[in-house]
Amino acid sequence: MFHRESGVFKTSYVADMAVYPLPIAKWTVAALAALFAVIVPLAMNEYYLSLLNLILIAVVGALGLNILVGYTGQISIGHGALMSVGAYTAANLVTRLDAPFWLALPAGGAMAATIGAVIGIPSLRIKGLYLAIATLAGQLIIEWTINHVSWISGGVQASIEVPRPTLFGAQLRTQAQFYVFLLFFAAVAIVATINLARSRIGRAFVAVRDQDIAAEIIGIDIFRYKLLAFAISSFYAGVTGVLYTYYLGIANYEQFQINVSIDYLAMIIIGGLGSVLGSIFGAIFVTLLPIVTRWMLEGLGGLILSPADLANIIPNLRLVIFGALIIIFLALEPEGLSRLWRNIVAYFRVWPFSY
Amino acid sequence: MPELDWQFTLVLIANGVMIGLMYTLIALGFVLVYKATDAINFAQGEFVMFAAFIAAAAAYFGDLPFWICGLFALAGMTALGFGLERVVLRPLIGRPVVAVIMATIGVAVLLRGFATLAFGAGTRAIVMPIGDEPLFLGPIMLQPVQLVGAGVSLVFLAIFTWFFLCSRVGIAMRAVADSQQVAMAMGIDVRRYFALAWAMAGIVSALAGIVWGAMLGVDNQLALVGLKVFPVVILGGLDSVIGAVVGGLIVGVVESLAAGYLDPYVGGGTKDFAPYVLMILVLMIRPYGIFGRALIERI
Repeated sequence: MFHRESGVFKTSYVADMAVYPLPIAKWTVAALAALFAVIVPLAMNEYYLSLLNLILIAVVGALGLNILVGYTGQISIGHGALMSVGAYTAANLVTRLDAPFWLALPAGGAMAATIGAVIGIPSLRIKGLYLAIATLAGQLIIEWTINHVSWISGGVQASIEVPRPTLFGAQLRTQAQFYVFLLFFAAVAIVATINLARSRIGRAFVAVRDQDIAAEIIGIDIFRYKLLAFAISSFYAGVTGVLYTYYLGIANYEQFQINVSIDYLAMIIIGGLGSVLGSIFGAIFVTLLPIVTRWMLEGLGGLILSPADLANIIPNLRLVIFGALIIIFLALEPEGLSRLWRNIVAYFRVWPFSY
Repeated sequence: MPELDWQFTLVLIANGVMIGLMYTLIALGFVLVYKATDAINFAQGEFVMFAAFIAAAAAYFGDLPFWICGLFALAGMTALGFGLERVVLRPLIGRPVVAVIMATIGVAVLLRGFATLAFGAGTRAIVMPIGDEPLFLGPIMLQPVQLVGAGVSLVFLAIFTWFFLCSRVGIAMRAVADSQQVAMAMGIDVRRYFALAWAMAGIVSALAGIVWGAMLGVDNQLALVGLKVFPVVILGGLDSVIGAVVGGLIVGVVESLAAGYLDPYVGGGTKDFAPYVLMILVLMIRPYGIFGRALIERI
């Protein structure tokens, strides 16, 4: 990641695919882990921690979508709805059966995975644009179902209040406590994705993405791996929904509408398709974009514009920037921010002796 | 009473047909782009919304007569179609389908934000120079706006059928859609026809925007009618003009019947739900639709 290696000559594929490319990388990872787990929650105030919490939740979802879109080459415009599946599953378990979070969380993920696999079934017959439309239909149908079946959505407002999770007998209250809670799951998701990508399954996904006919010919069961990609990706989405529900303290379908699906697509496009680091960058970027826009507009435009105008301008300006960035990255840098990052790293690797 | 029921059904079907023809108008723009360039336009609803915004803003700020506003919308959307093809779609030629889909989603988000920024968040009206006195045909009540929409839709259907079957440009466009390489070898300027297809989609969207804007009022919610395009085109076949009409009619009638008979039991919203269930079934059984070319790669 940050290292300036020298004299490293890999002599086997095993060495090439190792998680830690260099011995020192272990120490870098340990240092990063210490930074994020210990120093950050102590050093930052509530507001910044709340932003970090939102980013951590988004990281999980972006990683999940990237497994499907970036690694396997399928598309889903229905991930927002899959998050709501996880959210409502967990909310119902918690309120009806008093389930603890370590039960509700995987249950939400599993439910989303099941439904995601069902949505993914058309991917066996159809590709590309047809699949996009089918997942869009999935999004709308799930939204409608949750909204209209009061057994799931718990009444008129279609929202269920969820108590904060308890850990070691104590309820999570502050942002810092939530931060540690969410950081754990984000870290698990990151490690799981890195390892998935270099496993047999991950390589099969990439083969399906690059040339599905060729993949089938070299013996990859496309049927199985496409469904598996949908299921794994949806599991992440479900977990994201559960985490978000716990964080907000309420499950509400309005938090998971189609614009959320598009937000997550934007994250992985801007961050970088098929890249773990890209998912993280994308999650950071997309989560912070509206906040930074607000800061800048309030700083610069606060003199000219009234607060009412600002309230109208900020969300729409965010949409404009979003759309423009999606287009710009797709056209100019399809590998996204992670590619830019790699370019920077590659530059500094030999700096200042670049010739 | 069976008689009353029969009347009710007839009213529902008539309304469905009217709405269906208006869906067809939106779907035509979509089919045009797909037929000529193989690109799927997820921003079709936003095209319609944007056209309506242009017309409404011209009427509001300039106090112009309806026809001039319509011309503004037509000109604006033609330019938008050309521009998008040039700036967004052309760099993506030869890239995976998924990239094009996501680019049009980006365009959709951009247009939605931009329209509200430029024209304000409030709902505006487009007033057509026709009465709003409904027309009665026995028990069936028809809104004049819907009649105009259905009429425009039918006229365009005729024009497009002629265009693709008989005109030189239309035949060239079909050639481009069939195989870009062969078309190039025959001396057809593929890029020109791509741009033309997008501009034509802009024109259709402008008309759809005026009609739908007059019916529903103009704000960024108008873009949601674009979501109805997908069931229509999947049902009819993505590359078929006739399919857009048949698909539109089916979707219109199905959602009208579903809303009439099921809404009381499930508490509303069936209208937005039923077409998608229908579409999923079609995707499972006959993904290329009723009239589409069966050119789907199966893996």
